[in-house]
Amino acid sequence: MTVHNLYIFDRNGSCLHYSEWNRKKQAGISKEEEFKLMYGMLFSIRSFISKMSPLDMKDGFLAFQTSRYKLHYYETPTGIKLVMNTDLGVPNCRDTLQQIYSTLYVEYIVKNPLCVLGESLQSDLFHSKLDSFIRALPFFSVRAA
Amino acid sequence: MSRQSNRATDSKKMNSELFTLTYGALVTQLCKDYENDEEVNKQLDKMGYNIGVRLIEDFLARSSVGRCHDFRETADVIAKVAFKMYLGITPSVTNWSPAGDEFSLILESNPLVDFVELPDNHSNLVYSSLLCGVLRGALEMVQMAVDVRFAQDTLRGDNVTEIRMKFIKRIEENLPAGDE
Repeated sequence: MTVHNLYIFDRNGSCLHYSEWNRKKQAGISKEEEFKLMYGMLFSIRSFISKMSPLDMKDGFLAFQTSRYKLHYYETPTGIKLVMNTDLGVPNCRDTLQQIYSTLYVEYIVKNPLCVLGESLQSDLFHSKLDSFIRALPFFSVRAA
Repeated sequence: MSRQSNRATDSKKMNSELFTLTYGALVTQLCKDYENDEEVNKQLDKMGYNIGVRLIEDFLARSSVGRCHDFRETADVIAKVAFKMYLGITPSVTNWSPAGDEFSLILESNPLVDFVELPDNHSNLVYSSLLCGVLRGALEMVQMAVDVRFAQDTLRGDNVTEIRMKFIKRIEENLPAGDE
């Protein structure tokens, strides 16, 4: 099992943070374009799902998977969006993503007055905490992949 | 990460007097810096707004409150969860407008004014304006444009402190320009 990469978007669609751990195939476009593409897809999926759902939804879009990977999605009421790609063996990651939001994003970004909200996250402390958090996850193991 | 593990359960309690006195010092300084009370009110509201847009993230991370579906639910969360969490008080929610887009928060006690007596030459000062800004900023981040103001204030001779909240509109989320 493994974690491939992680995106954090704000509610206006700017990519606040991107990091990758075990990504074997790159998109072949610039990162800016990739972020836009990713955000556009998420935005469409959200509206697709809310229109197609035959019932009122609670959480909306949660995850999708292909033959090789799984995309986990978590959105806060303030519109912060966390997106993590893992391989197929990883179970539901909403708790993990919520933890990244509440113990890392809020603690090291929101509570740091020098971090301007809505801009790409510059805090080294946040980056290193996030990296060690992901590496400590039970399903983070590059070798097994 | 020790900071992480003890984070969820114990919300750090602080002596509220320290907060009250610090706030008092802030208002005092603003009164020195600005000529008139209106300007002080405006500055307090602006500072509150900047606090609110950050505080909402802390609030959502700490409470497991999801998105509210109507303004009544919002009112309940503000009074019962948020005020409790940050100020240790639970205001009552009353005076709903018939359309359900306006309500009042009645504060039995306002922790910000514990040691305050307004001098006569500050009759226009809305001492706790910061709270209005906080509420406005926090709600704006969850896509609600709301008008917040003090309708009554014990500091100015009223029997209770009343914060009036009016729902203006839902802020729609848009696809950023340049995307198809």
